[in-house]
Order: sequence, then C-alpha cells, then structure tokens
Amino acid sequence: MSTDDQTYSAAGEVASVAERRTWWDRTWRNLKKAPVTAWFGMIVISFYFILAVFAPLLAPYGESQIFDTPYAPWSSEFWFGTDQLGRDVLSRLIYGARNTIGIAVATTALSFLIGGSLGVMAAINRSWLDQGLSRFVDVLMAIPSLIFSLMLLSIFGSNVINLIIIIAVLDATRVFRLARAVSLNVVVMDYVEASRLRGESLGWVMRRDILPNILPPMVAEFGLRFCFVFLTIASLSFLGVGIQPPTADWGSMVRENAQLISFAEYDMKAAMTPLLPAGAIALLTVAVNFVVDWFLHKTSGIRDEK
Amino acid sequence: MHPIVRTVLQRLGLGLLTLFVVSVIIFSSLQFLPGDFATSVLGQAATPETVAAFRRELGLNEPAITRYIQWIGGVLQGDFGSSFSGRSQGREREVMELIGPRLWNTLFLAGMTAIIAVPLALTLGITAALYRNSFYDRAVNATTLTTISFPEFFVAYILILVLATLWKVFPSLANVRESTELADRIYMTALPALTLTLVIVAHMMRMTRAAIINLLASPYIEMARLKGVSKSNVIIKHALPNAWAPIVNVIAFNLAYLVVGVVVVEVVFVYPGVGQLMVDAVTTRDIPVVQACALIFAATYILLNLFADIVSIVTNPRLLHPR
Repeated sequence: MSTDDQTYSAAGEVASVAERRTWWDRTWRNLKKAPVTAWFGMIVISFYFILAVFAPLLAPYGESQIFDTPYAPWSSEFWFGTDQLGRDVLSRLIYGARNTIGIAVATTALSFLIGGSLGVMAAINRSWLDQGLSRFVDVLMAIPSLIFSLMLLSIFGSNVINLIIIIAVLDATRVFRLARAVSLNVVVMDYVEASRLRGESLGWVMRRDILPNILPPMVAEFGLRFCFVFLTIASLSFLGVGIQPPTADWGSMVRENAQLISFAEYDMKAAMTPLLPAGAIALLTVAVNFVVDWFLHKTSGIRDEK
Repeated sequence: MHPIVRTVLQRLGLGLLTLFVVSVIIFSSLQFLPGDFATSVLGQAATPETVAAFRRELGLNEPAITRYIQWIGGVLQGDFGSSFSGRSQGREREVMELIGPRLWNTLFLAGMTAIIAVPLALTLGITAALYRNSFYDRAVNATTLTTISFPEFFVAYILILVLATLWKVFPSLANVRESTELADRIYMTALPALTLTLVIVAHMMRMTRAAIINLLASPYIEMARLKGVSKSNVIIKHALPNAWAPIVNVIAFNLAYLVVGVVVVEVVFVYPGVGQLMVDAVTTRDIPVVQACALIFAATYILLNLFADIVSIVTNPRLLHPR
C-alpha cells in the first residue's frame, strides 16, 4: 500500500462519509426492529440455554438425590416439592432442561446432517440416486412417525442412543424433501455448472456453491424441526418408552407426578407440579415458533399465509 | 378410458403398492430382534427345548419370504398370530382377541372427535378468512398458534385439572367397558375427545383459513366481485366449488393426524384403545401386538391420505395435467 497522499483512495474517501458497520452493529440494528413476540421468544430461549449449561451450579440439589419425604408440599426448602421418590422437583426441572433440550438438539442436528446432505446430493445427481432416495422417503413418510418410532423402539430397545438415531432417521425424511426442493433451484445456476466443469468434487460443490444459498430456509426449518423432534421425544418419554429413569426429563416427570393432579381441591400447588414440566415444554415450543416466524418473515417474506 | 378414471386407478395402485411396502417393512422388523429374544420372552427358567420350539413357531428357521407370505395371508383374514405375553405361563392369546374390542373404542373416540372438530374448525377457518385482519381473526389465530405448540398431554392435564378436579364436570378416567351404555360412554369420553378436538382444530382451522384466503385472492373472484355479484353468491357459487379440494384435503390430513394423537391421549385418560395397547406392548416388547397395531395405524393413515388425493383429483380437473 502506498502512503503517498497524492494517490486517490476510494476506500479512504468513502470511509470518511459513512462508517462500515460491524457484524455486531448490523445484528443489533436488526434486533431492534424485531417484534415483541420475537424478543419474547429469544429471551425465553436464552433463559433455557443458561439453565441447560449451568444446571449443576443453579440446581439446589443433585439430579437424583433422594430425600426422606416423597410428595413433599411446596416449601422454602423444596420450592416445588418433591416427587414420588422424594427427589427435589426444581432440581430435576433444571437438569431436565439440560437432558431434554440436549437430546432434542442432538437429534435435530443428526437429522439435518443425514437429510440435508442426502437431499443436496440427490438434487445434484438427479438420476438413480435421486429416484431411489425419493421413493424410499415416500414410503417412510407413509407411516406416522410416532407409530414408526414406537415400533422401532420396541425392537431395538429404549435407550438414549437408539432414541436419537431412530428419531433422527425418521425426521431426516422431511429434511431431505426440503433440502432437495430448495437445492433444485440452485443446481440449475450457471456458477454450479461452471464449478462442475472446473472439476470440483461433489463435496466442494455442496459446501461452497449450494449450502450458502439454501441456508435461510434450512435455518428456519431447523427451528420448526426442533419443535417437532422435541415434542416427539417428550411424548415418547411421557409414554415411558423414551428417555429412561433416573435421568431427569420433562416428559417422564409429567407422567411420574400425574396423580398429584387429583388432589387439586386440597392442595392447589401440589396439583400444579405435573403441569410445570409440561408447561416448560410448551413455553419453549411457543418461543421457538415465534422466533422462526420472525426469521422467515425477515429473510424471505415467505409465510404459510398471505 | 376416461382420464379421471385412469388417474384414480393409478393413485389406487400406488396406494396399494405403498401399503404392501409398509407391510414388508413392519414385518421385517422382526428380523432385527436380538438373538436371545426367545429366552427373554419365555423367562430364564425355560428349557432349551421350549426355546427351540418357540423359535420354530416364530418360523425363524424358514426363509423370510415364506414367513412373510404366511403372515400377510393371516393378516388379510384378520389373523395376526398370537401374543407373546403370558407365554411363560403357557397361556396364549390371539392378537385379534386383544385388538378387536379396543379398535372399536378407538374408532368411537376418533369419530366423536371428528364430529365435534370438523364443523367447528371449518366454521372458524372460513369466518376468519372472510373477516381477515379483524380483531376476531387475530384472536382466533393467536389462540390456535398457541395450542399448536402445546404437547397433547399438557392440554389433557389442564383440562383434567379444570374440568375434572376443580369443577367435577367430567370424569378424569375414561375406562369404558363393553357393557357401558352409549350415553355413559359419551359422557366418559368427553374429556379425551375435547383434548383431541383442541389439538386438531388449531391445525385444521389454520389450513382452512390459508386455503380460503388463497382462493379469494385469485383473479376470477375479483372479477365476480367487480361485476357486482353479492357477497354470499361469490362464496357459494364461485369460491366453494374450487374450495372443496383443499378443504377435503385439510380434513383428511387432520383425521390422519388424529391417528397419532390418539395414542398419547388414550394413555393420559387410561382409555382402553389400540394406542394404549400399542404402548403397553412396546414396553413389554410384545412384537406381534406391536406389528398388528402399527399396521392398523399405518393402513388408516395411508387410506385417509389416498382418499384425500382421489377427492382432490375428482374435484379439480387441473390436477390431471401435471406440469
């Protein structure tokens, strides 16, 4: 670079007029324009995130620490009482955030890895691979996924690894459809053809040409799929075939404390205990839905309604 | 042959093919069972002879194709084999004996839900679309968006808390028996049906609203309005004929969704239906029962979707010429 002040520098000229905004600056400006619902969603999500990460520091007692009185009422010692074995409900709620959300995130990530890469590959290939995968996905989607996962769990047995793999594979079918559909529009572009003629590998084309262009719809879909996976895992755990005890998990907590609801006349607080984990699940799904709604509106203007 | 008949026949063929492949998948799941399965079903005390006999009865020594043909042949005649449970005590129960009365219960619950939910959702959806962006529309929309995000058991327990324990309007357990009278049955099934209604009305209403708004935005409706056709005539004469296809699709899609939702709700209310049976069978790993339930659910789901496809082809000739 020359420091001679005789030379004209366009960058210097422009920089004096308007400062280039940093990434943080732009994000902040976008955030300021976000509607209240999106703000609410983001605050709730970060709250859950903090709970999940710092669970051992925040929880007053251990995850499966057992106390003398089962079904203890709400008190200053046990804020939300204890469950059927005498474990502190508040601590289990906090640890449950870590387990339930962690497993759901891992499942969604795996299903995007499988479904996304196969979908993009099918869109590039468009021959036997595309045909074979698409027909296979059609058949898998013909079976309701809760029923299918119940059946597979009965065969392979219920543990966390099986649960993650089974739900990820079943959910990957939906991701595959979307990834294939959006990349079909990108694959026909000239620059993709150029890089293929240049002799770039399949992986390079997928990563550098297609992925950046399909990212916004895929990110939004990640949020929606997360909600769906999260609800499926919670339902399976509620049915007793998902995450197994003694791991603290919101779905199974609802089931374990469900009888308390019939004592509503005598102790309203105790009756609320099973509703706490269920409400935690509902609140997170609502929050994610709000954020996704705003994100979709912002990135593409596509919404499910006009 | 008439093009509509041909397309419908094609769809039917495709549906049957899907059913066939699904039945193969469900059947072949038995192949993946771990090797010591016979021992775990019969218990530790079983002699090697009984284990060998059990393996022979499952047909594990024969080729898979022969076994599939035998199994599907039985299924078509309503015979799903016999259940694993109670084997160790030497008592055998036919799967059909377990499913038969429960299937009727599940159909009763689903039917009752459909009778309440479909008209309610259609009315809400159509009126919300007509009075778009009004306060009414926004209120209905916000409510349904929230209920969509709730897990079924959350809705169910809130209803139990409010309607069964605080105000004892309905019973919280729906343990109907075969001898239960129709009026009692409806009374006992009220809460499960209400839960399912709340869950599917949200979906159905939003989809109906979107379909109608989409339709009302098309140029020919605007034309009809501009030439001075009255508001009700625009809806009845111009919009409705084209709206049937999306509406029937919405209904069939949600009834298919009901098939899945029924499982969780039956467990919450201890309702003796196929869903609860399936969950019990999954926990005890009673594979013949799981297979039978999975096949019943999957077949219902596929047939409902097939029905929706056919109705939309018949009512919308444009679908005959896919681009």
